[in-house]
Amino acid sequence: MKNQTILIALAGQPNCGKSTVFNALTGASQHVANYPGVTVDKMTGRYKHNGTRVEVVDLPGTYSLTSYSPEERVSRDFILHEKPSLAVNVMDASNLKRCLYLTFQLLEMEIPVVLNLNMMDVVKNCGMDIDVKHLAKRLGIQVVPTIMKSGRGKKNLLDTIGTVASSQKPVQVIRIDYGEMEPFFREIIERLSSETVLAAKYPLRWVAIKLMEGDDEVQRLIRKKHSDADKFVEDIEKARADFEERYDEVPEMHIANRRYQAADDIARSCLKLPTGVKRPLSDKIDSVVCHRFLGPAIMVGVIWLLYYLSIVQGYNITNYTWPFLAKLRSLTEALTPNPGFIQVPLIRSFAVWLVDSVNALLNYIPIFFILFGLIAILEDSGYMPRMAFIMDRLFSRFGLHGQSTLPMVLGGIYVGGCAVPGVMSCKGIPDERSRLATILIIPLLNCLAKVPLYVLLINIYFAAHKAWAMFFISTISMLLVLPISKILTLTVLKDKETAPFVMEMPPYHIPTIRGVLGRAMERVWLFVRKITTIVVAVAVVVFALLQFPGISDPRMAHYNDRKDKATAAFLNKTMGTPYADQLRGDNLMALIIYWNDYKNAKMGTKGNRAMAALNAKFEGRNPVFFKIVKPEKDKVAKKVNRDFKKLFKARKELLREMRKERIDNSFLGRMGKWLEPGTRYAGFNWRVNVALLSAFAAKESSVATLGALYEQEEEGEALEQRMAKGEAGFTPLHALALMLFMVLYPPCLATSIAVKLQAGSVKWMLFSMIYPMVLGLFVAILVFSLGSALDLSGFQAMFAFYGLALALTIFTGFLKNKSEYIKKRR
Amino acid sequence: MTLDEMKPGSEGHIKRLSVRDKLGQRLVDMGIYPGLRLKVIRNAPLKDPMEVELDGYFVSLRHDEARFVEVETT
Repeated sequence: MKNQTILIALAGQPNCGKSTVFNALTGASQHVANYPGVTVDKMTGRYKHNGTRVEVVDLPGTYSLTSYSPEERVSRDFILHEKPSLAVNVMDASNLKRCLYLTFQLLEMEIPVVLNLNMMDVVKNCGMDIDVKHLAKRLGIQVVPTIMKSGRGKKNLLDTIGTVASSQKPVQVIRIDYGEMEPFFREIIERLSSETVLAAKYPLRWVAIKLMEGDDEVQRLIRKKHSDADKFVEDIEKARADFEERYDEVPEMHIANRRYQAADDIARSCLKLPTGVKRPLSDKIDSVVCHRFLGPAIMVGVIWLLYYLSIVQGYNITNYTWPFLAKLRSLTEALTPNPGFIQVPLIRSFAVWLVDSVNALLNYIPIFFILFGLIAILEDSGYMPRMAFIMDRLFSRFGLHGQSTLPMVLGGIYVGGCAVPGVMSCKGIPDERSRLATILIIPLLNCLAKVPLYVLLINIYFAAHKAWAMFFISTISMLLVLPISKILTLTVLKDKETAPFVMEMPPYHIPTIRGVLGRAMERVWLFVRKITTIVVAVAVVVFALLQFPGISDPRMAHYNDRKDKATAAFLNKTMGTPYADQLRGDNLMALIIYWNDYKNAKMGTKGNRAMAALNAKFEGRNPVFFKIVKPEKDKVAKKVNRDFKKLFKARKELLREMRKERIDNSFLGRMGKWLEPGTRYAGFNWRVNVALLSAFAAKESSVATLGALYEQEEEGEALEQRMAKGEAGFTPLHALALMLFMVLYPPCLATSIAVKLQAGSVKWMLFSMIYPMVLGLFVAILVFSLGSALDLSGFQAMFAFYGLALALTIFTGFLKNKSEYIKKRR
Repeated sequence: MTLDEMKPGSEGHIKRLSVRDKLGQRLVDMGIYPGLRLKVIRNAPLKDPMEVELDGYFVSLRHDEARFVEVETT
């Protein structure tokens, strides 16, 4: 058995502590992939024990192994086709009877099973006792009790896995007696045993059971592999009908019942129940947490706390982490070629642009770390299903699902979320139609990156009604998202597969620090890895679109001319001073760089002593320049300093004008102008178009691009003033249309990728990008054109639109998605 | 009587499931099967879904799903 790799599977029902076992076994060596064709995560990890390498696949938690859900299908297919050496069946020992239901189904697939009775501490705490030896005897398999949370029993489990995997001895495992159905099985097995292809590959008794259950997938398998499939399948259907008629019981119900009976029988014989039944603590907690009035109040509190700790406090932390990112930027500047007076080397501007783009995202890491940590707490504690329980009624009216709550909270139910983790967390929604609807609407919620534009516009155009405008923009996205999702589920999504809501309300648990931190770290890492690569790729494209074709030669000559004039004027003024020689030729540029370096270094320095050290350093670097930078009482130096400041400002102005001209001229600028005839009806001029186009990479770019477009005339003038000045014709109505367009803005690239991953196809990704654009333009045109025609002020139009959205929400809430369940006739 | 008509606090035995396929299978897989005793614990704040207890195990389901669970109340 040495130097060999074996493959094992972890199987278990949801909430049985399976991920704790998986983490304890494999530690950090985990890897996530997708099962082919479905959006179910395939978790793989490995470990080494007694010289044997073991690869562990963590199958999705399922209650059963039917073909009705993708999770169950992939688990089954993995066991059938990858043929792992054994399956470790993790179970919540305090729930023995229910968990055995899955164990029997694993055993029927004729895979060696090691039963791991996890959470033995819970068993003890509720006064129960399990006769492990007797249980092992009854089942015919090895049973290992553990408390994996604290690592107890881990070694025993590893040893048992090793011995079972290497043992060649066939074992006699329990076989459930299906009573009246046994003759039916016997006949099917007999007829199948002549089918050598099938018989060699699949456990025939399992095939027989599944066929009597009416399992679609196994029927398909028969159709593919059986020599006389049509006749055979027809006979099976007859047998099922025959059984139902004869025993007045649906075959699959009979099978399930027999499994439960067997489970009950075994549980009775191995379990010592506590005397006197206590009401479980979880139920007592739920009488508060799910209370009619307290429940929603607590939920609002939890969501508020989630926002407060992650967004507000996380944002405060970024104040401490930002200097590190700023250092990264200055390091990049130091490593790339120095700029000329008006010519910035392409490689430098490119590198700085790239670092800025990545920094903008890395800056969110503290926020995400806290957010993901808190969510892990919510998940591990068992609060999530309660949230779904409280919200399902409201959300299901709009085609969503109770479990859409978390994704929507993450996406930004009020103000300030992020669509990327929001879309990622849609994974848990079992109902495909609701899941897709949730994925499609999350980008329309108010993510953190949309906020700067709102704040900018509200400060300029709704200064008198700031609070109202902020409330409007924070809540309008919910009023748009609900009807949109309802309409989507009634139209494009109407034929998507749905799943029953039926959901376990697991007992509450106290989350462990290790589990929470581990998960938060893992998710942050996933975010960084997936998103940063994409952001880098997009940053390159947007850079090119903004940079090229650049400034024409005659214009460049014009700028060169102005540069020469400015430098000549400076040199003229300083002529005759002792510094004149030091300022000629390349030295002038050296002084500019020196000046810049000094200013930057001063910003990062605090305290008198550090300042003195900095001054000494710069004086050492160039005493003459230092004199100009810091003239103190020297009159001549003071004059040179003043003149130089003027020159420095003139250069800055030139650079800014050139940047503006470059953007005006760029491909993106041309696109903005080209779109203007159409977007005019929405009130967007070409500058706004450019800002919106650049926002596609990341929404915070919209404000940054506007900043570049509205040139700064006076030092220190805020963008608000500049924009108000630069766009004299811009009214609050324009601003309202722009804000609404931003609400309905297509997902940023990172989100688009997340949509592709979670929806499982490029088609849905494209749809998620196109429909908001069309809708956003429609809404913006509606508000702007109608508002102008009716001569509404921006504030009036805001109220009118809010009323309209509210009415639409209420109306669509009353439309019914038809129940598809059909009552069985007797 | 069907499960969706039961009030919080009432108890009964599951008699029959009058739905099959996806929902029927899901109900049995979640432990809602004939013969078992159940108790309605509570309705959600907006009345739907409902929470029931079966054998020390708690499950929530929508009324639209509960109407297929035939119950004999005691």
